[in-house]
Amino acid sequence: MVAETTAKTLNVTLRVWRQAGPDAPGTFVDYAARNLSSNMSFLEMLDVVNDELTMKGEEPIAFAHDCREGICGTCSCTINGKPHGPGHGIATCQTYMRSFQDGDTIVVEPFRARAFPLVKDLVVDRSAFDRIIQAGGFITARTGSAPDANAIPVPKTDADLAMDAAACIGCGACVAACKNASAMLFVSAKVSQLGLLPQGQPERDHRVLAMVGTMDALGFGNCTNQYECSAACPKTISHDFIARMNRDYLKASVRAAFKPVAAGASGGAG
Amino acid sequence: MAITGVILIGFVIGHLVGNLQVFQDPDHLNGYAAFLHHLGPLLWVARIGLLLAVVIHIWAATVLTLENHAAREVKYGVKHTIQATLSSRLMRWTGVVVLAFLLYHLAHFTLGFVQVATFKENLQLYTMSGDYRVAGFPVVKAGAEVLDVRTMVILGFQQPVVALFYLVAVGLLSLHLLHGFDSLFQTLGWRSEKWARALRAIVIVFCAAYFFLNATIPASVLLGRLKVAEPVHPAAQR
Repeated sequence: MVAETTAKTLNVTLRVWRQAGPDAPGTFVDYAARNLSSNMSFLEMLDVVNDELTMKGEEPIAFAHDCREGICGTCSCTINGKPHGPGHGIATCQTYMRSFQDGDTIVVEPFRARAFPLVKDLVVDRSAFDRIIQAGGFITARTGSAPDANAIPVPKTDADLAMDAAACIGCGACVAACKNASAMLFVSAKVSQLGLLPQGQPERDHRVLAMVGTMDALGFGNCTNQYECSAACPKTISHDFIARMNRDYLKASVRAAFKPVAAGASGGAG
Repeated sequence: MAITGVILIGFVIGHLVGNLQVFQDPDHLNGYAAFLHHLGPLLWVARIGLLLAVVIHIWAATVLTLENHAAREVKYGVKHTIQATLSSRLMRWTGVVVLAFLLYHLAHFTLGFVQVATFKENLQLYTMSGDYRVAGFPVVKAGAEVLDVRTMVILGFQQPVVALFYLVAVGLLSLHLLHGFDSLFQTLGWRSEKWARALRAIVIVFCAAYFFLNATIPASVLLGRLKVAEPVHPAAQR
């Protein structure tokens, strides 16, 4: 026997930010989304709305999406003021229409930050994150044949904590949720995932100084310790990593002030 | 912000401990005030240091706020807060009110620009009935004529508007510290999930205690529990 479906049908009003291009004026436009299944994902709902717009000859709503299973970090959208919608620890693609009531008005906006310039409608350019990652540089590693597994001992607790940080999918929800559009949670996760492991030690100081310096130069805001970032993070990354990064940054700054520089120094990651 | 914050938190604790001497014999608060004045150059080092801490604190807050506003040029249509505390969202406003209070406080008790009639220099001198000791050393001797700071404080708070402003300002300062004191551990990298709860509890208890202990002074004056002391040696006064 097949279980009865739990799906309900609902109608909502979408209030979507429409903006044709980076320099075009933007505004909210209301769309009626009818006969939706409550088991649709939020992105499927947007697909349905876009189909209707296309049939009518209107420009569909541009939104970023890729894997639709919460691991790629491509989907964005601020839904009713909260990045990735009402759920905790999930991305927009994992948000389902059952989170909303029939007759709701749902406001959908792009992630808002100067460092994330708008491309079109709900799509923003998050390549500022790539530039921060680039600034972090490489880790020195032996090349050649693959090393033996467990050749470098890593304490379990450190490995687990590094994995917590490495869960960051770089979606930018932390920036979008922060009252100051600060990228501290993202940068702290990226700094910590290597800083916690033995393989990350040689370039540890350089990494934190360069990544924080690049973050500041890109026009992200400052941290006021309100922890909206970790509350909005689809991977529930803890703001403890921010404290860890602050500690790393202070230590690295002190060490950098006294560190001798070789006469022939040029290039390299530090 | 964190480092100047630590300095200022240290100061407000010391200031509160000093103030609570108002409940003791008049010798205590008046002797304490005379002792601070006799520090001479040290007093000025402390004053300039505190002034610098306040200026840097405000300067940093202003620069950071301007940067933060610039970091989000287009605001959200829907303003939503997930879990940021009230105190953290009101920092700017509590800070401004505390600054306004600080200016009034200095004009009132240090410079004598307001409530001039009850300013310490316009009151009769107080004659110490005993020694005022710091760490066992008598720093202000019995019989010394000192400014009657205690009477100035009590007369100042007998005006309900001033006492209420003081209560509001101290309340908002406590609210300011509720976020600020907690926040500095994060900024300096001393906070972690393991002791975040304990830290939060310590900060809440500190802020509540700070508010209630401060509030006891104007409250006691308004309720008539704290009165101007009768002169011990009327003949010795000018």
